[in-house]
Amino acid sequence: MNSVIKGASYILAHTPEMVIHNGTTQTTERIVNPDGDYLKALPSHLRSYEDCVNYWPNQVYIGNATPDELAEVAFPYYDKTKEGASRYGKFGEIMPEEEFLILAQCCDVFEVLLLEKGFVAANKEKLAADPIITEDILARVQEGVELSEIEHFVNDEHAEGLYHAGQLVGCVKRAHDIDVNLSAEVMHENIMTKATSVLALLYAVKNAGISKDDVEYVIDCCEEACGDMNQRGGGNFAKAAAEIAGLKNATGSDARGFCAGPSHALVEAASLVKAGAFKCVLVTGGGCTAKLGMNGKNHVEAGMPALEDCLGGFCVVLMENDGVSPEINLDILGRHTVGTGAAPQNVIGSLVADPLERAGLTINDIDKYSPEMQNPDITKPAGAGDVPMANYKMIAALAVKKGWLDRKAIPTFAKEHGLTGFAPTQGHIPSGVPYIGFAREDILAGKIKKAMIIGKGSLFLGRMTNLFDGISFVIQANTAAEAQKEAGVSEEEVKGLIAKAMKEFAASLLAE
Amino acid sequence: MDLENQKRVKEFAEQYGPENVVVVVGAAEGEAAGLAAETVTAGDPTYAGPLTGVQLGLTVFHVCEPELKEEFDPEVYDEQVGMMEMVLDVDDIVEEMTAIRDEYCKYL
Repeated sequence: MNSVIKGASYILAHTPEMVIHNGTTQTTERIVNPDGDYLKALPSHLRSYEDCVNYWPNQVYIGNATPDELAEVAFPYYDKTKEGASRYGKFGEIMPEEEFLILAQCCDVFEVLLLEKGFVAANKEKLAADPIITEDILARVQEGVELSEIEHFVNDEHAEGLYHAGQLVGCVKRAHDIDVNLSAEVMHENIMTKATSVLALLYAVKNAGISKDDVEYVIDCCEEACGDMNQRGGGNFAKAAAEIAGLKNATGSDARGFCAGPSHALVEAASLVKAGAFKCVLVTGGGCTAKLGMNGKNHVEAGMPALEDCLGGFCVVLMENDGVSPEINLDILGRHTVGTGAAPQNVIGSLVADPLERAGLTINDIDKYSPEMQNPDITKPAGAGDVPMANYKMIAALAVKKGWLDRKAIPTFAKEHGLTGFAPTQGHIPSGVPYIGFAREDILAGKIKKAMIIGKGSLFLGRMTNLFDGISFVIQANTAAEAQKEAGVSEEEVKGLIAKAMKEFAASLLAE
Repeated sequence: MDLENQKRVKEFAEQYGPENVVVVVGAAEGEAAGLAAETVTAGDPTYAGPLTGVQLGLTVFHVCEPELKEEFDPEVYDEQVGMMEMVLDVDDIVEEMTAIRDEYCKYL
């Protein structure tokens, strides 16, 4: 039987200082244009934690409002406040920077992340007050070091500084003197993605109502790489994060595919569960420091806040069919193949139209499509338009070409079958998966029957191939009852056949 | 425009001569198409890439502009671009591209 989606989590970590110090738009600018206006103006465009929490799309991401409710909010979103906004939502939370730095310290097992004593003392209890943070994680908090030691590592040993409210409060040291794969910059990036993944794992276990001991396998699908000079992408973020999250019975591995990574990982996880290899598999993805402030120049130029100030994370729990939860239907898989080509209509055709046609369905049979769910508040000022809307128009246009939809219906297709984008532009994070939490609820509530999750990835960025990539799958209402009914009938049939065979055998014996 | 793509455009212009290079863009928005066009004509407006301050003045078209469309086999065009043509705001793209070409293009 198909695996089921038992729960999902979505978390954010508000990290405005990392926008300045670790986002590649900013680190590049510091090299090519260090005295430019942008770097001077950026700090005044960073949001406070409260503004970040009150931001509509962030509240939708953690489950305190729905995409439908967001669609009713007048665009743009950045100048609006979500009434009743909260740090905690039904899918996860928005963790403030000072607490996140303490959590990051808990995720460092090689003593490369140092925090200043006073900073730890002032913020440890704040993290302890977070209900999701367990005693075993808190027990990992180190007391901290003198500021002078941190200054020494930052000034003389190539360490990456950790900042809060404009002050140096810690650092991530390099983990090797020569190996660039273990440089301070890479270690910083990897520890932060690990920490966001840990937070997502903790919420996923809670939201699914399972025990940590139930988890047998974890697949990490972020876009970072950990390893050393002899195995640059050796891995394994999945197991590293599972260790800190306390998933003692789990092993795991990393799956990669740029932004399509989560969809690939979910298809793999669903296959592992359906095959019976593992009963409970978690797919997790942490955030990406490099992408913080990616469109910051456009945001600053437009006089708006630099909205890419959060690391994102998500986790989906897949388990054996429980007869209730929505399933991943592995019979309807879309795949962008080597031969598909890069033209948009070939891409959408391979991911959306082809799998539906193979299953005898049309584009109208899917209630909701979840492609790249980037928040348009972030992408529109950068000239990239409304990404989900562009996807819906393409799906609708393809349906017109297939004769499934009237051309006049293109504008209404997005409203009926689409979603308003609400996810941070963290690459793999917005790619199809942000809707899975809502899809589970909408299917259980009978609001929709089928949703398609579409992951796409820009493989050419790695300069190994010019190919594009993508994979899609369908989530549907649970069919275990129907399947059992069918199985029940066939069991009776089998019994009948056996009885008939026995009779014939007996008759043949008598005849002899 | 991606820094690596800027580098490649610059290298092609040097290799073949700027008068022999036509840049075809496929951006989904008029603004994004205009930015790419500006980059290969007047220089990188973000001052980040290899084309910063380099006024190549290359001939540049969006694949949905009529001048370029008529260069294609109609069947191939429909197969490769037809769907996107239905979706894009072609008028806005033409307006943006024309403005950039009129101001910065050196070889038309």
